[in-house]
Amino acid sequence: MLLGPSLGVSAILFSLGVAGVLLRRNAIVIFMCIELMLNAVNLSFVALAQQLGREGQVIVFFVMAVAAAEAAVGLAIMIAIYRHKSSVNVKEINLLRG
Amino acid sequence: MIGPRIDLSEPGGIAVALLPELILTGWCLVLMLAVAWRHRDEEDQRFVGHLALIALVTTLVAVVWFWIRDVGPVGLEVMVALDGFRYASATIFLLGGILAVMLSLGYLGRERMVVPEYYLLLLLATVGMMFMGGGADLIVIFLGLELMSVSVYVLAGINRRSVFAAEAALKYFLLGAFASAFFLYGIALIYGSTGSTNLTFIYVQVTSLGLESNLMLSVGVGMLLVGFGFKVAAVPFHMWTPDVYDGAPTPVTAFMAAAVKAAGFVALIRVLLQGLAPADAVWTEAVWWLAAITMVVGNLIALAQRHLKRMLAYSSIGHAGYLLTAVASGTELGAAALLYYVFAYTLMTVGAFAILAASGRGGEREVLIDDFSGLAQRRPWLAFAMTVFMLSLLGFPGTAGFIGKWYILSAAVDADQAVLAVVLVGASIVSAGYYLPVIMAMYMKPPISEAAHETTRVGGAARWVVGATAALLLLFGVWPNRALDVARDGSRQLTPDVMVTVSR
Repeated sequence: MLLGPSLGVSAILFSLGVAGVLLRRNAIVIFMCIELMLNAVNLSFVALAQQLGREGQVIVFFVMAVAAAEAAVGLAIMIAIYRHKSSVNVKEINLLRG
Repeated sequence: MIGPRIDLSEPGGIAVALLPELILTGWCLVLMLAVAWRHRDEEDQRFVGHLALIALVTTLVAVVWFWIRDVGPVGLEVMVALDGFRYASATIFLLGGILAVMLSLGYLGRERMVVPEYYLLLLLATVGMMFMGGGADLIVIFLGLELMSVSVYVLAGINRRSVFAAEAALKYFLLGAFASAFFLYGIALIYGSTGSTNLTFIYVQVTSLGLESNLMLSVGVGMLLVGFGFKVAAVPFHMWTPDVYDGAPTPVTAFMAAAVKAAGFVALIRVLLQGLAPADAVWTEAVWWLAAITMVVGNLIALAQRHLKRMLAYSSIGHAGYLLTAVASGTELGAAALLYYVFAYTLMTVGAFAILAASGRGGEREVLIDDFSGLAQRRPWLAFAMTVFMLSLLGFPGTAGFIGKWYILSAAVDADQAVLAVVLVGASIVSAGYYLPVIMAMYMKPPISEAAHETTRVGGAARWVVGATAALLLLFGVWPNRALDVARDGSRQLTPDVMVTVSR
């Protein structure tokens, strides 16, 4: 049921996420875009699972758990850098270069 | 002789098959309790560090036992593989973990960092790597990759006083998570086109359904390669590498450059050979170009570096290119060459970073190559060990690095990729331009001042790390046969040996 459109929406959402990561400068917004990419993939898995069996749906739960763990660690890292620089703008985070 | 066979279709069989991982996970829980119980001072931290060492060694014993008994599966490997490749790669990861822990024992105390959970994260990352090397299913490999990555994001920023470490952690996290999303989308598309995430099953489906040039599968493989490209720091996905290696604490950098990179490559070649071998037309060319560009760019930029830590970071990109050459050959010989080179590379990288950690108290970032001037007069043994590491990284005859490169070259020539072999040789010649100045500075230049190298000292466990890695590099450089045989046995039968009836 509606496999093609679901995969299309998923591809569009994924591309939006990629564009956001590449264009935005606020670390938290970049992270939100990465979450968007992960959820776009989840949509693909659920859509494909209709035809290919439950495996795809099980994978979605794994991905959600991984995304939650990543969020916990990522936000902690952002707090750590905010304490040093009072900013999470990636343009200003440029001590390491060369 | 055929060893014990484990039936992976029942829960008991899976539990036995996962014994090494379960042992290490159990130790992680023990460590978590130990950290919660004692986390006040340096003494507690050393206690946790020694526990971590015991954990890694017991796991290594379990892995080697599996390996010697040649434990194999009954029928299809459902979720985890039971083959020599898994045992060999797990041994390399555990070795990397042991060396990193030994390096950290003195380092953390010297830098006045009291972070006992450091060792816990190191163990969790090692568990993730073992799943990456042993997973027979794309989802298991993905979960292993994430377990490793999330732990290493934290490790990169573990020094909370350092703004550089925080910046390294943020960059690593953002680009790592970005890469994971690509990796996952690749899995979704491969799942969509073949109907499975099991590697052997993917192999069968691709062959029997004739999916070699299927668009969905091709895009999926491409996405997977992008994800792996970020993780193993291949050009053009390498932008994060120098910054992250630069900002992270030196033992963590050693761990990232050696074990994390090794895990990425081992998983990559398993996915490509075990699952996607029939679709090699899709990925061979892509990997070929990645390898060529990575070798050239990594080595050329390394030439321009004056700081040793950044130089080693770029040199690790160059080495990613050499390893990609082994992957591009797409044969079991290439997999064997990869295993051997990863082993040698782990030893030489950890050794070089150990000496860097010893020479820069509190500021390894600032250590210039010229700061090594006259080291041979003041600390001859240290200078000798550094010479061994540099020559091995360069691929000089008599060291394990040479044998590894020679093995990769023969795999490339064997797979009719002579051009790539020529690029590899050319890149190695260029790399002499930044490895040899270190040796020249140590032996041919006078010390900068009377007080130079006064504080350069490898103490305690780090001394063992430097000594053991240098000795092993020389040993396997002059007597490589046994290790080469082991690597060849380890990668035999990586591509599934299944009879497929083609129906189109």
